[in-house]
Amino acid sequence: MHLKYESSTREPLVEGNKTYHQVTEDICKPIEQKPSRLWYIGFFFSISLLLFGVFSVFWEVYWGIGVWGINRTIGWGWDITNFVWWVGIGHAGTLISAILLLFRQGWRTGVNRAAEAMTIFAVMCAGQFPIFHMGRVWDAFYVLPYPNSRGPLWPNFNSALLWDVFAISTYFTVSLLFWYSGLVPDFATIRDRAKTNLRKRLYGLASFGWTGTAKNWQRHEALSLVLAGLSTPLVLSVHTIVSFDFATSVIPGWHTTIFPPYFVAGAIFSGFAMVQTLLIMVRKIFKLEEYITLAHIERMNKVIVLTGSIVGVAYLTELFMAWYSGVEYEQAAFKWRILGPYWWSYWAMMSCNVISPQFFWFKKLRRNVPFTFIMSIVVNIGMWFERFVIIVTSLYRDYIPGSWSYYSPTWPEVGFYLGTFGLFFTCFFLFAKYFPVIAIAEIKFILKTSGNNYKEKMAPIEEKSVEEFAHEMEHVH
Amino acid sequence: MAIKKFAVACYDDEAVLFPAIDKVRNSGYKLHDVYTPFPVHGLDQAMGLKETDLHIAGFIYGITGTSTAVGFMSWIFTKDWPINFGGKPHFSLPAFIPITFELTVLFAAVGMVLTFCYLNQIMPGVKKHVFHPRQTDDTFVVAIELSEHTSEAEVLAFLKSTGANETNVQVAESEWWYGRFDKKEAYELS
Repeated sequence: MHLKYESSTREPLVEGNKTYHQVTEDICKPIEQKPSRLWYIGFFFSISLLLFGVFSVFWEVYWGIGVWGINRTIGWGWDITNFVWWVGIGHAGTLISAILLLFRQGWRTGVNRAAEAMTIFAVMCAGQFPIFHMGRVWDAFYVLPYPNSRGPLWPNFNSALLWDVFAISTYFTVSLLFWYSGLVPDFATIRDRAKTNLRKRLYGLASFGWTGTAKNWQRHEALSLVLAGLSTPLVLSVHTIVSFDFATSVIPGWHTTIFPPYFVAGAIFSGFAMVQTLLIMVRKIFKLEEYITLAHIERMNKVIVLTGSIVGVAYLTELFMAWYSGVEYEQAAFKWRILGPYWWSYWAMMSCNVISPQFFWFKKLRRNVPFTFIMSIVVNIGMWFERFVIIVTSLYRDYIPGSWSYYSPTWPEVGFYLGTFGLFFTCFFLFAKYFPVIAIAEIKFILKTSGNNYKEKMAPIEEKSVEEFAHEMEHVH
Repeated sequence: MAIKKFAVACYDDEAVLFPAIDKVRNSGYKLHDVYTPFPVHGLDQAMGLKETDLHIAGFIYGITGTSTAVGFMSWIFTKDWPINFGGKPHFSLPAFIPITFELTVLFAAVGMVLTFCYLNQIMPGVKKHVFHPRQTDDTFVVAIELSEHTSEAEVLAFLKSTGANETNVQVAESEWWYGRFDKKEAYELS
């Protein structure tokens, strides 16, 4: 017999008295039931937001970029702000599934499936903004290096904007593959217990004919591990490259070497906040409190307070460097950020991102679900303002005072942003209804080590002396 | 692809499964496969399976991605269409690093997943015989391949003695199939 033991000082990851079969039942239940009223309301609300977004984008494509509020001084407005915001949110999923897998954090099993889904949908939303920002969106494929009839004329591989094309598309593809390879065995579970013919056929297609042989699982484990190893530097590279869009230019406020780590920390910060927002709703609606426990929420809040503090240090470092560099343009950029006409965005960013996460130093608040929910939204408001501050308030007071300008969005810009919310939540609602929101096989894998009922049985072992225990286990293999 | 006869034993706990596999391997019966609802560590060693070479494939795909990216970008900027970007060198290796890295990861990931699907013979639409409907839920299934010389009753009794809570004999397609397989052959065998 293999000894499955985990110290009882660690909190159980699965509450209640669960067996393998009970895990399957609990997680498959939302898929096999008719969705609730709440689901329908949310879904149709998301669809209508999405349709409004489609209309806004149609308006922009039909009339041209001029319908947006951006101007010659402020060429990047809400569109790029939203792009960076969504990409940032997309970082938590792969961080949870890849980096925490390498660090052997068992608690990732409860949250990784939904977090990865969130990543994929967030990256889908993010991708829309640079594409439609191009203006002549029908020429968007010019960014791809394919042999063309224009020379062939290639894109500029030395441009940070092209790096972004590669980074985002690679990130999307790899996250999707990683997510789906984990879903295949769970789809097989749903297929084998399907009562209706349609469900059997559809999940049969989705499960690729998986039966769970020992060799298949061995390869599956190897695949997950290598994909995690590949995704770990990938997830760090993506926001690094997004930050290069700014850092490689010569705009005061952008041209700093601190940007890559600062952006990555901010991305993880906002991503975890979005995971909290979604999972607190999911565990409530689908009654999965025994799988997404307070312990999970607390751990994610710890990540939020850590990355929030890193972001805070980065803000202060920026201010220090502006002063210490002695470059008056850099100093002016930061002066106008704090005191200029956009002072409110700077202070919204500071209070939401630097001050508010500090509440999570208190254990009571880390384990308080309503408080965490509110904070998770506050953090993402703050992170939106961070991107707005970086983009708009670095641009609006140019080198030439004659071109100083002010920017506010028009309705197609706001509609486009709302539309991506529609896209995101439409996808997420469909995911929550038709996909197992928790990785079934992975929960079963940790159940006997970290499940509440199994951990209780370990208590007698902890009372034994080390010698006694070693003696007993000597001949067990 | 062949239709074969199997003796099937179902276990409800991996702690029972491991000694059972040992006994099956020592008994001389032909162990067809073991099906589990989740990855059970140590099962591959217990069955005597080799470690997978999927990592090596991943490494080769990754290297392919690296050389494709570096080779392609260098060729374009030095031979095919050199462009002067502010007097910087045409062969600007540091600026190639981001795309090279991304393509390395992309090639490795896509290649590995495709290889994974190929080796496991899984694909949308592929069908495989499911020995027990709960083998993807909470049941650990051991399948023994029967030849015409094996006595069914003997095998089933042996499997029962290893702690199986359910045993039966099934005639099934041993490999994957797409759509229908020959039901007549299966009928004749049973």
